[in-house]
Amino acid sequence: MAAPESTSRGPGPGTSATPMIEIVDLHKTFGETKVLTGINLKVPAGSTCVILGGSGSGKTVLMKHMIGLLKPDSGKVIIDGEDIVPMGARQLQQVRNKFGMVFQAAALFDSMTVFENVAFPLREHTKDPEDVIHQKVRARLDLMGLKPEVEGKFPSDLSGGMRKRVGLARATILGPKIVLYDEPTTGLDPITTDYVDEMILAAQKGLGVTSVVISHDIASAFNVADQIAFLSKGVIVENGPPDQLRESQHPAVKVFLQTWFGKN
Amino acid sequence: MTSQTPSNPAPAREPGILTQSISNFGKGLIDGVNTLGGLMMMLADVARWSVRRPFRMANLFAQLDFVGVGSIFIVSLTGTFTGMVFALQTSEAFALFDAESLVGPTVALTLSRELAAVFSALMVTMRAGSAMCTELGTMRVTEQVDALETMAVNPVQYLLVPRVLAGLLMVPALTMLFLTTGMVGAYLIAVGTLGISPGTFISRTQQWLVPADIYEGLSKGAVFGLSVALICCYKGFNASGGAKGVGQATTEAMVSSALSIFILDFILGIIWH
Ligand SMILES: Nc1ncnc2c1ncn2[C@@H]1O[C@H](COP(=O)(O)OP(=O)(O)O)[C@@H](O)[C@H]1O
Ligand SMILES: [Mg+2]
Repeated sequence: MAAPESTSRGPGPGTSATPMIEIVDLHKTFGETKVLTGINLKVPAGSTCVILGGSGSGKTVLMKHMIGLLKPDSGKVIIDGEDIVPMGARQLQQVRNKFGMVFQAAALFDSMTVFENVAFPLREHTKDPEDVIHQKVRARLDLMGLKPEVEGKFPSDLSGGMRKRVGLARATILGPKIVLYDEPTTGLDPITTDYVDEMILAAQKGLGVTSVVISHDIASAFNVADQIAFLSKGVIVENGPPDQLRESQHPAVKVFLQTWFGKN
Repeated sequence: MTSQTPSNPAPAREPGILTQSISNFGKGLIDGVNTLGGLMMMLADVARWSVRRPFRMANLFAQLDFVGVGSIFIVSLTGTFTGMVFALQTSEAFALFDAESLVGPTVALTLSRELAAVFSALMVTMRAGSAMCTELGTMRVTEQVDALETMAVNPVQYLLVPRVLAGLLMVPALTMLFLTTGMVGAYLIAVGTLGISPGTFISRTQQWLVPADIYEGLSKGAVFGLSVALICCYKGFNASGGAKGVGQATTEAMVSSALSIFILDFILGIIWH
């Protein structure tokens, strides 16, 4: 693996190249389907790792292991120095306070309004009074380009792109150390896509956030990544800075890149 | 055994109906045992998380309201009609022995020991249990349950504890409502149309109905309520496979809940008598 430190966009002071997330020989099978067959991956603190791969290659499954939503058949998932695989529900809760996760289909609570969705982590984990919560939610939605009228709406009344942005707001409102983005830009218009990319970069530069981004969008991947990992047939076949991926000789990567650059 | 096309008259080796139904039965049995194990584990989980902080009072009250208050109308209605039908039927039989004065006690005992709890639990299953199952199932398949977990909120505590507690507390309460409205219905028929005197109806009922009968009804209500809420939560919480999966989970939840009511009623009947 290339030293990501040399290509890093300058993680904030105090962070080093020690991995925030380290995955060691991870295996996962659902019934008969072998989804992950020996994943090894390190994401240094304060850097951004993009995971590329075909649809159904197991990107989401890999990400869910990072936050303990799925238990592997074997292997380790080391978060900030602790292996989370053997942890029980209560211990995992502690670790999850370091995380924010943006789901592929937003996963907003459909019984709650947009405001209540974004306020939810604040109500659960802070003692903020109501007016501070209002302020914070408003500021966060504003950052996502969502107007105040949206606050009172229910998720079912929003477009896909808007839902995604509310999901982003909810995942980042507590200022987590690690943010996992499952296809944050899929289905968004180009302007919002750039906007989300900038947000990921800003979080990393300004706050030293460690990010893992699943993406289909190669332009966006090259834009935000310190490190790109390419997932194919249950393993990571290519892993390194974006330039290294461009030069890759692995057939699956070449096909993926050709298809994309041929199209655009 | 599916259709046999004329062009292919001799299918080599189709399993006979007998083998197939035995294997289906075996599979059903294994599924049943697995479900039972899963239910017990969920019950333990719910019990554990119900005593941990934070106590989710708002969620609990919302469920108490939904399961209990929301069922008042339907339970009163079915209670009244059941009492009326029962008074009509029994009075006809008792008239043969000149024993119409026993209509009140008969309805009271049957309702308090059996029917009030069984019918209330069935109404709650249909009204609230189905909603619990589809709601949790939808939350599961749209990753809302996962989202809750990533925000360091335990879904068992946040979603399941309030629902199971609501079942446990509200079904016995509804059982008493069913009993009360059932007695009103029986009174209306007995006194209003059959000409039994109000004094006889009330004094005979008081004479026969003892606290133990009420306790039996209450205990059954609590057990049925727990069982129904647990099954509906379990099926919804473990749903998979999109909207179709949620629909299937709800069907299974309804059938299993109803079955559990009758099986538990039998077991509790043995224990009580
Ligand atoms: N909970 C699950 N149960 C069974 N199979 C699953 C489950 N989650 C994912 N899979 C399977 O794992 C494979 C990878 O899925 P996923 O990680 O969602 O792909 P993607 O790379 O598109 O995000 C798919 O074949 C999917 O069907
Ligand atoms: Mg995915």
